[in-house]
Amino acid sequence: MNRPLLEVRHLRIEFPTRRGVLVAVDEVSFTIGPGEVLGVVGESGAGKSLTGAAIIGLLEPPGRIAAGEILLDGERIDRLPHEAMRRIRGRRIGAIFQDPLASLDPLFSIGQQLVETIRTHLPLSEGEARKRAVDLLQEVGIPAAARRTGHYPHQFSGGMRQRVVIALALAANPQLIIADEPTTALDVSIQAQIITLLKRLCRDHGTAVMLVTHDMGVIAETADRVAVMYAGRIVETGPVADVINAPKHPYTVGLMGSIPSIVADRDRLVQIDGSMPRLNAIPPGCPFHPRCPRVFDRCLHERPDLMDAGSSRAACWLYDKVPA
Amino acid sequence: MNARLVAALRLSWDSDVAYSFRHSPYAIVAAIVFVLFVGSAVFAPWVAPHNPFDLSQLDLSNSLKPPMWLPGGDPSFPLGTDDQGRDILSTILFGARISLAVGIASVLFSMVLGVALGLIAGYVGGSIDAFIMRVADVQLSFPAILIALLVDGLARALLPRSHESLAFYVLVLSIGVSGWVQYARTVRGTTLVEKNKEYVQAARLFGIHPLAIMARHVLPNVLGPVLVIATIHIATAIITEATLSFLGVGVPPTQPSLGTLIRIGNDFLFSGEWWVTLFPGIALVVMVLAINLLGDWLRDALNPRLRT
Amino acid sequence: MTAFILRRVLQAIVVMLVVALVAFSLFQYVGDPVQLMLGQFATPEDRVRLTHELGLDQPFYVQFFHFVVNAIHGQFGVSLRIGKPVSVLLAQRIPATLELSICAALLALAVGIPAGVYAGLRPNSWLARTLLSLSLLGVSLPTFLIGILLILVFAVILGWLPAFGRGEVVHLGWWSTGLLSKTGLMSLILPTITLGLFQLTLIMRLVRSEMLEVLRTDYIKFARARGLRDRAINFGHALKNTLVPVITITGLQLGSIIAFSIITEQVFQWPGMGLLFIQAVSYVDIPVMAAYLCLIALVFVTINLIVDLLYYVVDPRLRADRPGGSGH
Repeated sequence: MNRPLLEVRHLRIEFPTRRGVLVAVDEVSFTIGPGEVLGVVGESGAGKSLTGAAIIGLLEPPGRIAAGEILLDGERIDRLPHEAMRRIRGRRIGAIFQDPLASLDPLFSIGQQLVETIRTHLPLSEGEARKRAVDLLQEVGIPAAARRTGHYPHQFSGGMRQRVVIALALAANPQLIIADEPTTALDVSIQAQIITLLKRLCRDHGTAVMLVTHDMGVIAETADRVAVMYAGRIVETGPVADVINAPKHPYTVGLMGSIPSIVADRDRLVQIDGSMPRLNAIPPGCPFHPRCPRVFDRCLHERPDLMDAGSSRAACWLYDKVPA
Repeated sequence: MNARLVAALRLSWDSDVAYSFRHSPYAIVAAIVFVLFVGSAVFAPWVAPHNPFDLSQLDLSNSLKPPMWLPGGDPSFPLGTDDQGRDILSTILFGARISLAVGIASVLFSMVLGVALGLIAGYVGGSIDAFIMRVADVQLSFPAILIALLVDGLARALLPRSHESLAFYVLVLSIGVSGWVQYARTVRGTTLVEKNKEYVQAARLFGIHPLAIMARHVLPNVLGPVLVIATIHIATAIITEATLSFLGVGVPPTQPSLGTLIRIGNDFLFSGEWWVTLFPGIALVVMVLAINLLGDWLRDALNPRLRT
Repeated sequence: MTAFILRRVLQAIVVMLVVALVAFSLFQYVGDPVQLMLGQFATPEDRVRLTHELGLDQPFYVQFFHFVVNAIHGQFGVSLRIGKPVSVLLAQRIPATLELSICAALLALAVGIPAGVYAGLRPNSWLARTLLSLSLLGVSLPTFLIGILLILVFAVILGWLPAFGRGEVVHLGWWSTGLLSKTGLMSLILPTITLGLFQLTLIMRLVRSEMLEVLRTDYIKFARARGLRDRAINFGHALKNTLVPVITITGLQLGSIIAFSIITEQVFQWPGMGLLFIQAVSYVDIPVMAAYLCLIALVFVTINLIVDLLYYVVDPRLRADRPGGSGH
């Protein structure tokens, strides 16, 4: 593979609180190649969204990047000055958030919002920007796009609004889009349309995507590779087909087992007992060990890093080539 | 001390609210000041150096003495005296007593009225709800001081003779009536949420009046917000009382509150006897500021979203 | 649009009628106007005659109708204390109150909004913290005490500014203004600060908290993610969204400035409507009280109406017509 578009190395995100420092994301490393779709899955609170926010430089205080680095096209972007980072947001990295109803400013028409985004990043005149706005709306499948630029967000349905949000994210043709739960807030019937749209647009524009979701079905349909997160760490990563069909980490095994569409041919749904630990009570050793069906002594004391496990990589002592 | 009490104390000491209190110097100072005020107000007859309302103690030769650190000052009147020879410090202590009494009584009145109307509006709904909330809207668009003035004016017109003796109650009524809306809105909102929960429906089956069980469940839920509103409202009520008294329509001069004292002292401003008005004024501001600081802190401490 | 305005105007009329009813009840049930007007030595015949002349023998709704008609024409009878028509008294006093109130409102808005925006955008800066602490002091200072302290410092101790009255006024037709003479302007300074300070602190605190609230919303986060410039986010998106609630409350605050002018006028012996009203309350001068009540209600209702219309202009969600809302 060529040089990756995005490279995250040993990322650690902390929240200082009055009862001590919470580590929300720890030792997270991954890459995304140009035009590649990386799915990031995990339960809520696993650190997926925080990782996304850290990449676009929008971690909310008191959250902070405590260690590690983030590279875009080989250039560090995690400690850029405010203004330089702003130029990257929207221009080179776009973002799509969970709730399209809340993502658009209710007091500005969608045309105004598109034009201001386009003109912030591209040297276009008002008229050219307006034309590009209409083209974008057409591209994301908004009927009668030219006429609807003057409309306000409340005049669109949820699905239509998410299309507008996608148009806004693509406005300056970024190389990477971070899509944080882009379909969670939508009706099930519309989710598939939006995912198909996102997939098509990114293929057409050659845009890479970091797709953050807790919906394994969406990942299966969209992603090239997948990273599974648990308690702020990546526990397994690999090509999407391998991770889904032959999950290695016991947590991933449980996760796949709980999805009806994937286990249709199996006898019954599997359930993982217990719940993910709170950030202030992450157990020593492997954080998954209290819930792991295959736990053994070493898991209690030593924390596993990602290691080769067939075609994937998993953070699990089961795959350690050199037994301790 | 028994062990359970110790445990309970330890728990409340460790609670978030207590933690935020211990780490908020403003709140601590404000609480101390407030307790001092309440204490000296309650015990005014015992802690005040003089009894300013005992006519036999007054001596006109003591009138308009400056504070003790100025030339002509008298150590037995630390903050000086007014035109009738009353000790300013003592009148302030007695005045704070009346200001606090009116403030707290009218807030209690507002609170009971507002909580009851909010419960009824939220629970009964329909046209009664619409009516109550419409009245609330209209009233909210008029400043409290204007409504208090109006109620006070009405009471004066209706009870021309007995007004002096009833002044305290009239004042509590007029300030209380002007402040119920916020309580009603808060309680109504929570009631609307609780109303459709199953336990309320179930209560019906057991023959308990739903309104009774609602009160039992809604009230604990609104305790926090109502407490915050009430704290800040005490400060507002004290200001309103002082203002009415300053305007001459509050408590009678025979039982002066801080506002009355400031009004009386105002006449001496130009002849150089500034202490007659300034010290009651400072006392009023310090007291109100302390309550406002406590209210601000309480609001932040009880609002988890603002907590970091 | 028209339906919206009509509904609001209708509501305003209902509120005015309710206030008129209260004012009318004051007339009707408080004291005995016949007794008041005739004094103690009236004969029973005089009583009957005056009762008839005043229309007091007519049914309630007829009397109320006459009251409303008279009120619309500005006729509220004769002041019991001064013996002049209330309309004349009020007309003399209106300019003083309005000039004071408008100056105070301008002060409150011109300082309160920028300070609030600043404190909302930089909540942790020392200036914002100082402003916030000062504002708490401002909220804790009763208006009349601010006035007294200002008089003590600037009139009594320093002797820079006059302590009471309007100074020299210039008559422009029926309007008397203090804005055209030096003493008039000097006299305006202390009352303006006194009246405006409390509103200023309220507006500042309100703008700050709304600004903080809006900055937490998803659409501001998304605006950042779109890479918009800080200026566009803060002063375009955030400020405009802050305006919606700020307009309402500020509008109401402006109304209460006129009400609070009662206190300021008392402190500075400012010859406005508030001073007239507070004297009326002390003397139970019902016609003046009723007229003032109706006038203040009219001001409030008008301000509310303007606020609603502004709301409508700022917030597209309220514009009921949805051209082609067919995206559903």
